[in-house]
Parts: sequence; structure tokens; C-alpha cells
Amino acid sequence: MLKKFPDDSVGLVESQAIEFNDPLELACGRTLNQYTLMIETYGELNADKTNAILICHALSGHHHVAGYHQGDTKPGWWDSAIGPGKAIDTNKFFVVGVNNLGGCHGSSGPNQIDPQTGKPYGPDFPLMTVKDWVVSQARLADHFGIWQWAAVIGGSLGGMQALQWAITYPDRLRHCMVIAAAPKLSAQNIAFNEVARQAISKDPQFYNGRYYDHDEVPKTGLMLARMVGHITYLSDDGMREKFGREMSAGKLMFDFNPQFEVESYLQYQGERFSTSFDANTYLLMTKALDYFDPASEFNHDLSQALKHVTAKFMLIAFTTDWRFSPERSREILDALMDAGKDVSYTEIDSPQGHDAFLIPIPRYMEIFNAYMGRIAADIPALAKENTHAR
Amino acid sequence: MRADQEIIREWIKPSTRVLDLGCGDGKFLRHLMDHKQVHGYGLENNHDNITACVLNHVNVIEKDIDEGLASIKDNSFDSVVMTQALQVMHRPDHIVDEMLRIGKECIVTFPNFGHWRARSYLGFRGQMPVSKFLSYSWYDTPNIHFCTFKDFEQLCVQKNIHILNRTVVDNEHQHRWWTKLWPNMLGEIAIYRITR
Repeated sequence: MLKKFPDDSVGLVESQAIEFNDPLELACGRTLNQYTLMIETYGELNADKTNAILICHALSGHHHVAGYHQGDTKPGWWDSAIGPGKAIDTNKFFVVGVNNLGGCHGSSGPNQIDPQTGKPYGPDFPLMTVKDWVVSQARLADHFGIWQWAAVIGGSLGGMQALQWAITYPDRLRHCMVIAAAPKLSAQNIAFNEVARQAISKDPQFYNGRYYDHDEVPKTGLMLARMVGHITYLSDDGMREKFGREMSAGKLMFDFNPQFEVESYLQYQGERFSTSFDANTYLLMTKALDYFDPASEFNHDLSQALKHVTAKFMLIAFTTDWRFSPERSREILDALMDAGKDVSYTEIDSPQGHDAFLIPIPRYMEIFNAYMGRIAADIPALAKENTHAR
Repeated sequence: MRADQEIIREWIKPSTRVLDLGCGDGKFLRHLMDHKQVHGYGLENNHDNITACVLNHVNVIEKDIDEGLASIKDNSFDSVVMTQALQVMHRPDHIVDEMLRIGKECIVTFPNFGHWRARSYLGFRGQMPVSKFLSYSWYDTPNIHFCTFKDFEQLCVQKNIHILNRTVVDNEHQHRWWTKLWPNMLGEIAIYRITR
């Protein structure tokens, strides 16, 4: 536990579980009759409920975006961008973080108890799509009485949710910030996801997803999945810079134990992940990624899909990101320009690959700050006087 | 506002779609948005300028114009503007072609290298002209393709480009009556409105 939180931190935070009893019809044809969304909020919602920002998380993210939980030494996953005086300034904005349905951090998902059976959902939890998530997030907005988000912001899979928001609920967000994302996955992206899924599902401890019943966890599979994932999050340059060919023993050992720093790093990351993440959730999240293709409902024409969009867009890509490269962001850019929508686009020079979107790179934060100023300027003046006039 | 921009402003029709190539800090586009209700985008590759555009609430797209504009559809803009950037392009002729492909009308401004000051600098001193307006030395200048009023008109003839308007302004960015008499000698900045 930290003795004192940094001045620009939102400090100690608590998660809340919000129950929904309105049945949610899903793209797969099934219905969730009741479900829970685990969330966190930072900052104050203004009287008109016009200063709210939704943060959508990526594959392994969750609702704990900023600040510290009791006893934690490390803050939420995007603490670098959220807090008083930071880019997403909690003095100005009410920030909402949500764990997506199918996640493993408290929202309804494979590792949670199915109220109908009293046992974990496991592999029976329905496959989710990005659009399903967005619909569930809209209900979360309703819960707070938020009609229109000041912005929906996300990186990677989170950016895809932001994009889907602008398409599905064109009136319900003023700004859309899509960072290091793509309008759909490439064959290569899907291929990497499939390797990860195979690693998990072929693990003898997976038990067709019912490992909870056996008190086991497919650790090896999850670890391999995460290791493959990690390679795609880093760039060749970044790995060279970070690890090079450094060896822990300083010399070749002529055995099969990890010797190069990069091997130890991947094993460490994989192992840590395998004890903190749910294997069924990993499978579900990668499928949601694979299925995401908003243009497919519009004759595969992305600019048609974006035709009714009213949100203003800020797109950010990173030069060495090869998972969702700048070209992929430019596909979204071109479609938005073609549809005549407001959009800005920038490419941040960084060696960190896809991971860069979580790193407070100075120029990234400069643009982020500048654009947040535009989002803040677009918060309508408080309608208090009108209320009095009525 | 620069004098060339003041002239261009008059040529831009209200509520049209405008693309500004090399939009700088976005102030000109901001002005067109505020006073002419245009919907516009600026293309820019200087990072400080990109941030300035975002601060000015202008749509800005990071792009090296020399890489081409292939991703932008034919006739998708009413006006495509490029002020004082033609001379820094690797292939100004290709850029002009691209501008005319994506825009119904194009507005181009560039420093006229046929201006008497440039001529006398080279003529009398025998050195590449350096002035307040063209303040670089030959080895560090971003201006790699200088041309004159006459050169540009020749390019327009070769490419069957139709010139809708042409005008010049002088060193103080003012219109003077005499610049119209002998634009290639007396005009410092050439301003063209062209179409196919």
C-alpha cells in the first residue's frame, strides 16, 4: 500500500457492481436475462450529465482504469492518462470504466455464477460481439442518466468499441477517440488469435472450458497465449532496444532453459497472466476481436457504415505498431473523410509497438491533451437557467 | 492573415468542402470555418502545427503530401488549397494533377522566382537569392522547385489546365496596380485559381 498517492492520481478507488434485469438480446441469438457490470468512476458528473467519458478496455483490460485499490501499489491500467490535471482531467470530466460482459473481473462472464444453475457459466457463457458490449454500455449510460457521452475513448479493442458506439448510437456521443485500432482484423491478426486459442483449448487442464469443476486452471495454455500476444504487442525495434541478445548468465549454457532476457520476460509475463486472467474470457475476447467488422452490415462499405455518425473523431496510431498498424487507422480515416465527417489523425513515433497506446509518450500526451481541450470546450453550457425559466 | 490568404478567402464559396494542403497551424481553415461555414480538413506533417490545429479545433490529418493523395476520391472537394508549399514538393506537377483530381477547383500560391529582386540577386551577385521572404541558403532550403509566373502558366498549357483567376501580391503582401502590368517581374507571390 502506498503511504501517499501522487497529486495527479484519483487516489483510492472502489469498484461497484451494477445489476441489470432488462433482458439483453445478443448477436449470437441468445439472451442474457440478467447481468452485472462491474464499473469504476472518477470525477463528478455535472448537473446536466454532459461531462461523462466512457473508457473502453482492450483484450485483457477491465474497469479498474485509474487510481489505487486498497492495498495496491500499482494503479489502474490507464492511470497515466486519467486523473486531476492529466489528459483526461477528472477535475473536468466524469470518467467511467467498465468491465465488459464476458470479462473476468466481476462483470457477468464465464468465471461468474450463472444465476440459473448456481454454477460458473464457463464455456456456456454466450459469445459476445463488440456491438453487444456497446449496447450493454448504453444501458450503463442510462443507469447514470447520461444521454450523451462527452467522449467515448478506447485503444485497440477499446477503440473498436468507440468506433461501434459512433455507428450504433450516433446521437449519444460528441467525440470518439480511436487509438491504435482497426476497422476489422486481418487474416494475420486472426491467425495469431487462433494460435492463442489453440494453446488454451489444447491444454489438458482446460477440460473443454469446465476447469472450474476440476479446481484447475489451464495455466500452460494461457501462458502460451499471452506470450504470443505479447510478441505482437511489441515491435522488432522495441524488443531489440529492450532485450537485445542479453543473456542472464552472460554466456551460452547449452541447455533449454531460458537464457536470453527476452525469453525470461515472456515467461514472466505469461506466468503472471495465467494466474490472473480467465482462459474462457481470453477465448471470448479474441473471438469478439475476430468478429468485429462494422462495415459487414453495410455491404462491406465502411463509409456507408459511418454515414449517420455525428461524433467528431480523433484517430491516433503508432509508427511501429504492427498489430494494428497506422495503415489500419487510415482505413477508418479514409472512410470518415469519404463520409464527410469531422476527423483528425496523427501518427506517434515510438519504438514500443502496439503497447505504445498505454505509454505516456510526450507527443502522444500533447495531442491527447490538445484534443481533450476540444472535448471540454464542447461540453454544453449548463442548462440550469433554462430549468429555472421553465 | 497573409495577403494571399485574404485573396483566397474571397474565392472560397460558403458552405463548401475545402482541403488545405500544408495547412500550418490551421488558422486559415479555422477562419474559413468561422466565416464561410466551410467543412474542411488540413493536411500537415509538422508535429507542432498538428498540435496547433487540434488546439484550433480544426480537422487535421498527419500526412506527407509528397507521398500522394491516392486515398482521397475524385472530385471529393469543392476547393483544394495549397499556399506557399508547391515549391517544397518533390514533384509539383504530380501534386497539381492530384489536386485537380480530388478538387473541383484548386488554389495554388507560390513565390514568384521571376520577381525582379530574385533576378537581380542572381544577375548581379551571381548567388542564389536570399531575402526576408526567401530566407534560406541554397543548401538548407526546403524550397526545392522554384518557378516563375511564366513557368507555371506553361505547365498549365501543357496539362490543359484552365486558369480561372490569377493575381499577384508584392513583398508587403499588397496588391499594387503595377504588379498587374508586369506580373512576372513585379509580383512576388503568385496566386492561381485553376480547374480542369
